[in-house]
Amino acid sequence: MSADASHHPPSPDPQGQPLVRARGLTKHFPITRGIVVRRAIGAVKAVDGIDLEIHRGETLGIVGETGCGKSTTARLLMRLLDASAGEISFEGRDITRLTGAPLKAMRREMQMIFQDPHSSLNPRKTIGSIIGEPFAIHGLLPDKAERRREVQRLMETVGLNPEHYNRYPHEFSGGQRQRIGVARAIALNPKLLIADEPVSALDVSIQAQVLNLLRDLQRRLGLTLVFIAHDLSVVRHMCDRVAVMYLGKIVEIGENEPLYEFPRHPYTGALLAAVPVADPSLHGSERRLLGGDVPSPANPPSGCRFHTRCPKAEPLCAAQEPQLERKGSDTLAACHFPLEREEVAQMGVRSAR
Amino acid sequence: MSAGGEPPLLRVEDLRVEFPTEDGVVHAVDGITYQVLPGRTLGIVGESGSGKTVSSLTTLGLTRRQGARVWGRILFEGQDLVTLPEDRLRAIRGNDIAMIFQDPLSSLHPLYRVGAQLIEAVRAHRDVSKSRARERAIELLGLVGIPDPARRVDEYPHEFSGGMRQRAMIAMALANEPKLLIADEPTTALDVTVQAQILALMERLQRELGMAIVIITHDLGVVAEMADDIAVMYAGRIVETAPAARLFAAPEHPYTWGLLKSIPRLDGERAEDLVPIPGTPPSLIARPPGCHFHPRCPYAQPDHARIDPALEPVPDEPSQHVACLLQADVRRRLWRQLQAGDTPEQALSAAGLPGAPV
Repeated sequence: MSADASHHPPSPDPQGQPLVRARGLTKHFPITRGIVVRRAIGAVKAVDGIDLEIHRGETLGIVGETGCGKSTTARLLMRLLDASAGEISFEGRDITRLTGAPLKAMRREMQMIFQDPHSSLNPRKTIGSIIGEPFAIHGLLPDKAERRREVQRLMETVGLNPEHYNRYPHEFSGGQRQRIGVARAIALNPKLLIADEPVSALDVSIQAQVLNLLRDLQRRLGLTLVFIAHDLSVVRHMCDRVAVMYLGKIVEIGENEPLYEFPRHPYTGALLAAVPVADPSLHGSERRLLGGDVPSPANPPSGCRFHTRCPKAEPLCAAQEPQLERKGSDTLAACHFPLEREEVAQMGVRSAR
Repeated sequence: MSAGGEPPLLRVEDLRVEFPTEDGVVHAVDGITYQVLPGRTLGIVGESGSGKTVSSLTTLGLTRRQGARVWGRILFEGQDLVTLPEDRLRAIRGNDIAMIFQDPLSSLHPLYRVGAQLIEAVRAHRDVSKSRARERAIELLGLVGIPDPARRVDEYPHEFSGGMRQRAMIAMALANEPKLLIADEPTTALDVTVQAQILALMERLQRELGMAIVIITHDLGVVAEMADDIAVMYAGRIVETAPAARLFAAPEHPYTWGLLKSIPRLDGERAEDLVPIPGTPPSLIARPPGCHFHPRCPYAQPDHARIDPALEPVPDEPSQHVACLLQADVRRRLWRQLQAGDTPEQALSAAGLPGAPV
């Protein structure tokens, strides 16, 4: 692997320019009524104006619960969905409205790994042709023997037996299929790899295999990794920086340790407090649980979107939307009344320091 | 698993469940024994295909229609549920023993109002009027923390969120104040904040109603929160069982070690690398000979591929049982090394064992 000079070494960017920068990124899905005459009667505000920078060589985690917009964000960054508003730049170049050949060329630089290794692989193709597909799409390695050699090298890289080149996806277990997905994603030496819940469909003992593989590849290939997950323990293990999303907004973002040790947004605190920890001696210790359900993204609450469930909410929170800013500690939080250390401890956040 | 004295509410003895299929016989559950005391919680942990769900479905006779072949005994208050005729089993199911499933959307009928389904659950076992059953349904929805139950009772399942559907399922399970609640991955489909609500609800209801719970999950965090006793299953067998605190503090089976070392944790230091269990779970049609775990066990010795270990009490710890062919003192040395941060290979050489042949 190290002999392959075509991979990007992890080099700090001289200008400090982020690999990806999103500004005011927004995706509204229209809600329509009528069959013949379709009228938009509203919109699901899946992602609603987020700013995000992804630095070269880092692993950025995006966490949040169902419907918070984390997967939509990934698809927007990949240009698999078109943004309703806002812009995305990749290596300083605006890619928001790219189409046709330039878009296809740009897609070589960013690849994605999906949650479900069963539905993301074509059951009628051998894994050799699945992993070799990116080469076919981009017209690379037309020589059959050469392509096969490269695919087998990739299989070895991700811990698959290269002799299984001609097997079909159903002959592999879930963990192995996820490895196939990883091999396909790294085939073109992308600069950015987005993994959307890559281990949540896998058994516990297999999860660790795939997590170790991703971390190992990230280090060896100098990949920039966006890791989307709902499991906060996994994100803590994997990521350098973490963004917490709620109802289409980033509510808190920061480096791993500060965010886990001293979360400032009450939602981050509530998420962390809710994680069950594999230690019965902590059992019975007081935890503050979040009540209620996530409101509809079609009709999000006014002001701070979390105010309807927030234990610290004041009238100001319903009236005025808080901005994402530093609150006297190391993370950025969008909150008028951020958590203090004692409150974090009282909530029962097990990663608190 | 028993603290002694009190007779168990449920006692499963050498239960064996097989499914004949075109490819061969699936040995889903292969001789498991456990018991549940009144008012206590047993956690059954295992990965997919470990037999944890089949064993509890069999308890309620729900594998009968799938052509399952069942051996052994399932004693509930002294009655053997394996041989009980269907009509008498039906009187117990949903009444003395209730079950909740992973996916609340597919367990509720989409075309009937939530209230109607609750009323049906009440009237299936109690001879009460419809209006009385409806009152009970509203009371149950309130009990499980659904806001405005008198209005919500007339809504359809699709109008409920995922967490509320699971609450409605729990309400239905509680309709007849069961003595035993079997919860199969009750929070796996839910978000983490909702999961915390549902687990807290189950604990509160257990305290208030005094029922016993069997919680089946793959999540070690969830069993650590909920269970008094834990059974770890692998390939249709129980490989280790112990009181919860003991299982996490001093696990004896290499598979349990593997599970504990392969999950990232929120508390404690950030681990540099996880230690996965190599390989994949075996096919239940053609299981490995000897100890079923030996092909994936870093500590396996040559004779472990021949000898089938029995679940036996651990020396000096009668509450803990393990099915492992390693010597007890070797196991304890290995676990100490793993706790100190050794890899399985380092632990092996520190314990003075030859490397695994596989």
